[in-house]
Amino acid sequence: MNYFWAFVVGGALCVIGQLLIDLTKLTPARILVLFVVSGLVLSAIGVWDKLADFAGAGATVPIMGFGHTLAQGVEEAIKQHGFVGIFTGGLTACSGGVSASLIFGFLAALITKSKSQS
Amino acid sequence: MDKKNYAEMVKRYSPNSKIFSNCLWAFFVGGTICLIGQILTTLYMKMHFTISDARLMTSVSLVGLSAIFTALGWYHKIAKRAGAGTLVPITGFANAVVSPAIEFKSEGYITGVASKMFIIAGPVIVYGTLASVIYGVIYWMSRRF
Repeated sequence: MNYFWAFVVGGALCVIGQLLIDLTKLTPARILVLFVVSGLVLSAIGVWDKLADFAGAGATVPIMGFGHTLAQGVEEAIKQHGFVGIFTGGLTACSGGVSASLIFGFLAALITKSKSQS
Repeated sequence: MDKKNYAEMVKRYSPNSKIFSNCLWAFFVGGTICLIGQILTTLYMKMHFTISDARLMTSVSLVGLSAIFTALGWYHKIAKRAGAGTLVPITGFANAVVSPAIEFKSEGYITGVASKMFIIAGPVIVYGTLASVIYGVIYWMSRRF
């Protein structure tokens, strides 16, 4: 059942993205920013956890999960370190995904020939 | 119905059906990526990672897979049809980092690869961080009163 809801919820979030592409003039960068910030807001008001509880990866794999990681990270850091947590929490929590992207990006550039992707 | 009416009818219906088929593609490809993510998360939890670590490992694995697909030129081919189905999952973020890194290799490792990686990732990280700090201030204040 977990797998089913991961597929359906993940797919539905992508449909929202597709409608934004087709019906508005938003560029991919803007859509990603929008999704990350809305993931953070949904997490802050407690909706995201409920979604992740039954949709699992359907909620965590879309880029909104990145927003949730930021929100959860800042909460945890403030609980543990107080005021400085405001500054350290977000980036610390999402460092895994960001580091992985940068490292794999560098490695991919290292082993491939420069070529246009378009 | 004559030719002119038919042409008008086609014009009236085709943009919508194009949007519909785009959405269908986005749904199935995006859903499939999330399904792979769920399978990976389940596997990592069987390896006794905590739920948050399993999710992190899933993200790292998907980012790695996305980098391989991007380097082989497959990601772009899938993305042409899948649209947001390949943009919205974390693999889309990884693709947005890896793709310019490869494309701008000819401009060198500093001004090419390293700077161009942030064309799309940069705004996401900047506004993500900004939003997290704003939320942090609100959360910190709410705990004091």
